[in-house]
Amino acid sequence: MSLLSVRNLHVAYGAIQAVRGINLDIAAGERVCLIGSNGAGKTTTLKALARLLPAQGELHYDGHDLQRLPAHGLAKRGLALVPEGRGVFARLTVLENLLMGTYSRNSSKGEQEADVQRVFGLLPRLAERAQQLAGTLSGGEQQMLAIGRALMSHPKLLLLDEPSMGLAPIMVQKIFDVIRSVTEQGVTLLLVEQNAHLALSLCSRGYVLSNGCITMQDDSKALLANPQVQATYLGMHMA
Amino acid sequence: MMLSFTPDTSSARSPAHSSAHSRRNAILGSALLALAVLVLPILISASGSMTWLRIADIALLYIMLALGLNIVVGFAGLLDLGYIAFFAVGAYVWALLSSPHLAQAFPALGPEGLHWPMWVILPLGACIAGLFGVLLGAPTLRLRGDYLAIVTLGFGEIVRIFMNNLNQPINLTNGPQGITRINPVMFGQFSFGKSVTFGSITVPSLMLYYYLFAALAVLIVVASIRLQDSRIGRAWEAIREDEIAARAIGINTRNIKLLAFAMGASFGGVAGGLFASLQGFISPESFGLMDSICVLCMVVLGGMGHIPGVILGTLLLTGLPEALRHWAGPAQQALLGKVVIDPEALRMLLFGVALVLVMQFRPAGLWPSSTRQRELEELADTLPDDENDNDDDDDDDDEASQRSKEVRS
Repeated sequence: MSLLSVRNLHVAYGAIQAVRGINLDIAAGERVCLIGSNGAGKTTTLKALARLLPAQGELHYDGHDLQRLPAHGLAKRGLALVPEGRGVFARLTVLENLLMGTYSRNSSKGEQEADVQRVFGLLPRLAERAQQLAGTLSGGEQQMLAIGRALMSHPKLLLLDEPSMGLAPIMVQKIFDVIRSVTEQGVTLLLVEQNAHLALSLCSRGYVLSNGCITMQDDSKALLANPQVQATYLGMHMA
Repeated sequence: MMLSFTPDTSSARSPAHSSAHSRRNAILGSALLALAVLVLPILISASGSMTWLRIADIALLYIMLALGLNIVVGFAGLLDLGYIAFFAVGAYVWALLSSPHLAQAFPALGPEGLHWPMWVILPLGACIAGLFGVLLGAPTLRLRGDYLAIVTLGFGEIVRIFMNNLNQPINLTNGPQGITRINPVMFGQFSFGKSVTFGSITVPSLMLYYYLFAALAVLIVVASIRLQDSRIGRAWEAIREDEIAARAIGINTRNIKLLAFAMGASFGGVAGGLFASLQGFISPESFGLMDSICVLCMVVLGGMGHIPGVILGTLLLTGLPEALRHWAGPAQQALLGKVVIDPEALRMLLFGVALVLVMQFRPAGLWPSSTRQRELEELADTLPDDENDNDDDDDDDDEASQRSKEVRS
């Protein structure tokens, strides 16, 4: 029984078909990535799953028909999106950003405190910056904050959109370490990433998206070894 | 260990200490402020100036208006250029239900028209204005920034033009002539429209209105503060900062935005009703685009989203132009022998100059939220330090933080 199952997902921007009938299955506890080049439809897929875009197809998540749920109903059912470009609340402090993450939970002060401490434990950098405005953080710290805020809602399934975007390689490594430790605590992950090498080394399985269609799906090891993937997404044709 | 703990304890103590201190200051401050608000009209009328008493009344109405707009613009970040429409709706609701005017269009009401009590009309005006807020909000849910501004501007004009033309086919608003003989506020038989004599003291009507408006303004301030601190207030803040992220954390952005429009509009409706009762006469020309922009200027000038700032902005922008109106003419006469610039024109000039100066030197407004201000200042102080930190941390996290702690201690 998969936590997320997507059948024949179609998303269009007006006349332009961005996603053309893709199928995805993610079991609870899995780490799965969706890789592909610019404009392949990765972010569109993720936004459709988060109900931020109108889409056709059957979307089932944890016993819910996603097509019947509004975007704002997902957080309290454990589906959290970390949007592209992080979407931190720039003029709020780090702590205020994190507390916003509990919006859907109606939790008590004590629970919120415990959640904040849990996130600070995973992301100690945020604890150092707790009273700083989110807009003044570095890009990597903002990405950490966006992930931390999503974790405040106790997600079962985390949808992560391009966490490596615009970050220095060292910072990317740190972010991916954080993502790994988050998933090791039982959070299921669907990661959208251009950096195929990183994504495949973190995740156990991957889907390759090209022109709105899934062209390959396999274990990460198999994909990393696949000559076509190597040539197109890992930049190894140069070697 | 000892060394690394020292900065922690001191930083933990100082906020607690300063919060107790600031609470005492806040109580003292509000007591003084309350006293000033209570005494002000007595001082003004002692100086014999009814004009300034009226200006104080109007300023209180503008405070209600600006705080209403502050919910939409300051809290939820939705730029509304047609806000005066809700003031107009409130004013017309009061005027129609509390004057002989409706008798012309509906003779069945009797020759005297409707004269409902304030307890009914004021909440009704607030509700109808709130409904108009939803009417404006619903089609603009997907719009932001300049697009939203254009649509709201159009909405404001539509309402004004309707008021201007709804004297046909049935004479609902009396068109550009406006509605006259509007009842003053009445508490039972007690009218705010006449001065009252208690023994040897005569309290002018304008002073009665002042205290009524002040009480309602305080109510609206309290409502604003409570809203800002509530779950709804946090949702508005999230929408203002990033709408997609707000939806992702579970905020029903549609309802919360509509609520902002409705709440803001209802505050405006209350102010409108009171305005109609104070003036006894309203016409569509009081509700033009310039008035919307004036209220927006008050909010922006003072400090969007910060309630004391908005009040300050309102007081400045209602008080200073009036001061100019009274003194600019005579001053020019005395200095130059003639009036070179019409004081009315000077008023708009002042608005423009004030806004340009504020945007240049205090972009967050004259009195932005103090916590924000402090954070920004602290940040500016530590910025070079911070950048070093970041560079170091990228090399080696633990070492760098160790080093920076040593440096600080």
